[in-house]
Amino acid sequence: MSKKVLVKGNVALCEGAIAAGLKSYFGYPITPQNEVPAYLSRKMVELNRVFVQAESEIAAANMVLGAAVTGARAMTSSSSPGISLKQEAISYMAGMQIPALIVNVQRGGPGLGNISGSQSDYFQAVKGGGHGDYKLIVLAPNSAQEMYEMAYDAFDLAEKYRTPVMILADGIVGQMMEPVEFNKPERKDFVEKDWHLTGCKGRHPRSVQSLLMKDGVLERHNINLQEKYKKISGNEIQFEKFMTDSAEIIIAAYGISSRIAKSAVKLARKEGLKAGLLRPKTLWPFPSNEISLLADSGAKFLSVELSHGQMVEDVRLAVNGKTQVEFLGKAGGAIVTEREIVAKIKEMIK
Amino acid sequence: MEKILKKPESLKDAVLSYCPGCGHGIIHRLAAECIDELGVREKTIAVAPVGCAVFAYDYFNFDVTEAPHGRPPAVATGIKRTNPDKFVFTYQGDGDIAAIGMAETIHAANRGENITIIFVNNANYGMTGGQMAPTTLIGQVTETTPFGRDPKREGYPIHLCELLATLEGTAYLERVSIYNPQNIIKAKKAIKKAFQCQIEGKGFSLVEVISNCPVDWGMTPLDSIKWVEDVFIKTFPLGVVKDKINAK
Repeated sequence: MSKKVLVKGNVALCEGAIAAGLKSYFGYPITPQNEVPAYLSRKMVELNRVFVQAESEIAAANMVLGAAVTGARAMTSSSSPGISLKQEAISYMAGMQIPALIVNVQRGGPGLGNISGSQSDYFQAVKGGGHGDYKLIVLAPNSAQEMYEMAYDAFDLAEKYRTPVMILADGIVGQMMEPVEFNKPERKDFVEKDWHLTGCKGRHPRSVQSLLMKDGVLERHNINLQEKYKKISGNEIQFEKFMTDSAEIIIAAYGISSRIAKSAVKLARKEGLKAGLLRPKTLWPFPSNEISLLADSGAKFLSVELSHGQMVEDVRLAVNGKTQVEFLGKAGGAIVTEREIVAKIKEMIK
Repeated sequence: MEKILKKPESLKDAVLSYCPGCGHGIIHRLAAECIDELGVREKTIAVAPVGCAVFAYDYFNFDVTEAPHGRPPAVATGIKRTNPDKFVFTYQGDGDIAAIGMAETIHAANRGENITIIFVNNANYGMTGGQMAPTTLIGQVTETTPFGRDPKREGYPIHLCELLATLEGTAYLERVSIYNPQNIIKAKKAIKKAFQCQIEGKGFSLVEVISNCPVDWGMTPLDSIKWVEDVFIKTFPLGVVKDKINAK
């Protein structure tokens, strides 16, 4: 076992990406993700890899597109307002089928909002964000350890399906210091794929594009994308269950909310309340089946979020009217407490 | 019979989608000839813009990627920083490079990215039907300046080369045109020099090519060429704007 190091979630994320073989990072300052470019500006240069502080979030995301179209592992990170600016390139990368990692360390919104942790970008992350019919694989870490692990795994997922992946973290998970075990082997030696732009030596020229103007070609492309998303939905759903067996109330929560929710479940159980937790680790694909199965047992659901109710819509769709679904949340930097969650559980059990 | 002139290897055997009399065909050919002559075709990764040259990957016989409107300099930065051994150039129009993509253009230039830009200035947005571009001349009628470009309403034509010349990061900037054979030869020399600048690792190079857009200008091809010579290049004078390739 490698030893544990006390670091912020944002730094753990960097180490995960570096271990995964991150070749090129492009960023722009915005709180609360600043530790990422700050850490990588030193580390990437020391490792003889690429670090560029771009002129804008737009440029940073497009630099990622350029690096990744050549087959390199590339990423950018930002926080909510900056992620809005990256949507153009994200939509292009989805259409061009370019694997890359985009990290959103969410802050309060809308607009410039504030710099506190928040979970108000769920819709943007899982419902598209940019224009066109596309999906991102969205990973939701709830600890510094998972920041490390998900950053490490994100590139494999992205490349497996030729699709951009988003890590949807939040300001609290990003800023919180926790012991992390850097336990993943260093990845190198990547194989050239038949779409990488590497110069046409010894082969026919290649192009990577989302513009498909010939009759029926874009329609076909969209069908192919949807088939890919179906495959991802079948293979890549990740979730954690905690005390859901025989639970009457199941809290659905991701990211930092799931940490609070877990404490609330323990507290509720001490008081004899049958509560459990279902934590999606992938927000897309969403663990709808699992929620549906749990709803079959008659358990009621409580979605707890640092927003005014976004993931709760997907919980409701999954429950599909079989049982009651309630919501508890705050936004703009406010935090839901475990006591408030327990009070809500009591209200639902009555 | 001996074949003395042939299609460059860097051009595919494709029918161009450009309008009759448009300058893009000539400029594509010049870029392709230079790449052949410099022997870099097999290590070229080009970036196509959004605009008339959006289909560049159908015409160039080397690797080409798409980029969102105005972002080719950022995409090229990502490619070149990650692959310094590749030859990277973007091919962009006036709206792409100097309106929506101005920030990307200025900062790629200011960082001294070792890339080359071929900037085709035809004083309007060709693909979308001839709207005002940042380089539209004062008084020029376009689809969105029906009364002629009025500086009080629409500002002034942007001189991109002169603007970029103020930045330390730029190594070579030249404005050329293709309205007659003499100028086509000069244009080719400039493009080749700009490419050479990158190959030698000397930094950011850009060639602005003053071109014609007969259909959107509402002119015959011949009249459009004459307008380039008589009017267009009076506002955008030709010549080397900056050359510090050999500066110590």
